[in-house]
Amino acid sequence: MSRTRWFAIGQQLASRARVALTLLSFLLPLIAWSLVSYVPWIWHPLIRVGSPGDVAWFKQGLLVDRAVFAEENSKVAAAGGRLSEGVRANPIFLPAPHAVAKAFYTAFHTPPILRDELWLHQSLALSIKTIFLGFAISSVVGVPLGILCGAYTPVSRLAEPVIDFVRYMPAPAFGALAVAVLGIYDAPKIAIIVIGTFFQQVLVIANTVRRHDPALIEAAQTLGARPRQLLLRVVVPSCIVDLYNDQRILLGWAWTYLIVAEIVGVSSGITFFINQQAKYRNFENVYAAIIIIGIIGLGTDQALSLVGQHLFPWRQTRPSQLAAFLGRLFSMRNVPVFFRPPGPPTES
Amino acid sequence: MTSLATANLPDHRSQSPEVAERFRRLKERPVVLEVEQLGRQFNGQNGPITALHDISLRVHRRELVCVIGPSGCGKSTLIRIVAGLDEPTAGRMLVDGKETRGPCPERGMVFQGYTLFPWLTVKRNVMFGLEMAGMGRDLAEAEARLWIQLVGLNKFSDSFPHQLSGGMKQRVAIARALAPNPRVLLMDEPFGALDAQTRAQMQAHLLEIWRNVDVTILFITHDLDEAIFLADRIVVLKAHPGEIQEIIEVPVPRPRNLAQVSSPEFLATRRRLEELIHPREANAPMEKLPFIRMTNVGDDVE
Repeated sequence: MSRTRWFAIGQQLASRARVALTLLSFLLPLIAWSLVSYVPWIWHPLIRVGSPGDVAWFKQGLLVDRAVFAEENSKVAAAGGRLSEGVRANPIFLPAPHAVAKAFYTAFHTPPILRDELWLHQSLALSIKTIFLGFAISSVVGVPLGILCGAYTPVSRLAEPVIDFVRYMPAPAFGALAVAVLGIYDAPKIAIIVIGTFFQQVLVIANTVRRHDPALIEAAQTLGARPRQLLLRVVVPSCIVDLYNDQRILLGWAWTYLIVAEIVGVSSGITFFINQQAKYRNFENVYAAIIIIGIIGLGTDQALSLVGQHLFPWRQTRPSQLAAFLGRLFSMRNVPVFFRPPGPPTES
Repeated sequence: MTSLATANLPDHRSQSPEVAERFRRLKERPVVLEVEQLGRQFNGQNGPITALHDISLRVHRRELVCVIGPSGCGKSTLIRIVAGLDEPTAGRMLVDGKETRGPCPERGMVFQGYTLFPWLTVKRNVMFGLEMAGMGRDLAEAEARLWIQLVGLNKFSDSFPHQLSGGMKQRVAIARALAPNPRVLLMDEPFGALDAQTRAQMQAHLLEIWRNVDVTILFITHDLDEAIFLADRIVVLKAHPGEIQEIIEVPVPRPRNLAQVSSPEFLATRRRLEELIHPREANAPMEKLPFIRMTNVGDDVE
């Protein structure tokens, strides 16, 4: 096999290189984070006091600025007292990777501090419910309306200008209104997600439908299709794969509205958990919760991609990296984790 | 080309008795498609542009008529109007003596770009027109199977269009257009995107289908040999405005085969078509391009 040309435009990579780069894209930030956390002379702007010595207000475990630490020690040295000792440390808002990794376990097993607080998995379930209800309500109206806009110009001219206008209003701006109308519990949160998703959704879906192939419409007309059949049997199926992928992207957008939605009214769900843990200064739990959101989002998207491949056999959706990776992992082929001596080349 | 022009060919209008008899019987058949003084104007930037002017044509039952002409002569506009995908600005169109407009399965169409539905299997593609006509699923499926068999694609009835070659796709498109039992089959340069070998196969295939199916064919092409090989009559259009220049009765006897390409009748018809479509090309020398020599002296390729 010829050497991979990395920077040829549009060049496909060998599958081994592709997997390696995918892993690297996660590993590089992790390596940077580890360097900052574990190599004492990189950043570490604070000192964690080990033995306080003769500095009156130092206590074991206290975090102080390096300049302050040096100043106090020089004062003690001038007075001939015992020097304070300590190690360089990072601020509390930057926990080390292993602490966050441990938090993934402990966050799920630590009972809530206050009695009416929820466990982490309960908070997550609440958030997921909010997202999916909001997205479902938005889709029930938004997808058909978008399809009508894309297919029929009068509908588009009637609906799209005002939707385009409302789209620029940030969804959180409707927060106070949503609380006034819908109360303080789940309903206004779902409403924010709906507002944040719906207007984009109509425009995105309409644009996708507008890109349908007019030649297929003409072919169907010469085969006797009537207007209703043209819409349902030709236009919609011809862009169903793109619509499905649009929905995947829109679901991602819905997630970005989750946090603002959950501080509307009574703070709830994963946002409440994050805020509460930040208040207790358990920042490793905060990071764990944020990363869990990412994992749920990516996992959902990859699962939908996998489902899409089975739903639409005539066309591949965006190929699922994860599915491909898992497939290779289980067949123990082409995975950099299992480095094997390169066998005889199978391709020329 | 010069050998063609100087060769001692018969006149393209002289027909053998068999061919003349065939045309006499053909003209006794009822007229299926009639186009009367059809015109089409487009609104251009500098006033209206006449794409088609005063096109009148009568196609008899089970006749195969080819329409040929230089690019821009409006042959595609003509077939789109006949298919009902474009509105004429003048004249009218009759199928079996009844005026008609708009797209309708009585006028099936095969497009150059295949236009198969990519989300449907070959079988479901062929069933599409039948289902639109309200036929039940089982009946439509049985019917579709017959048409797929006719174009020789039984093995591929559950394949998707992207799995087929260009020639196979166009065979599916023909089966799909024929399935709802059209009176007229319109074909808009259907083999234009195929390679020469596949195109020759498809032409033979089309004649085979036409022999076995009660259908009248209006076929658009820019390929002179294709027109002569397929057609009973060839309608030659000229451009600006698109008008009928001449209607040629092809004197090549049927059944056609590839050996006839060098027969005197074929060559005479070809010479006439070339005169009509490229009138000046024979005597006007090719325009000389202003080239500067950019290679070394003595480094010649010719």
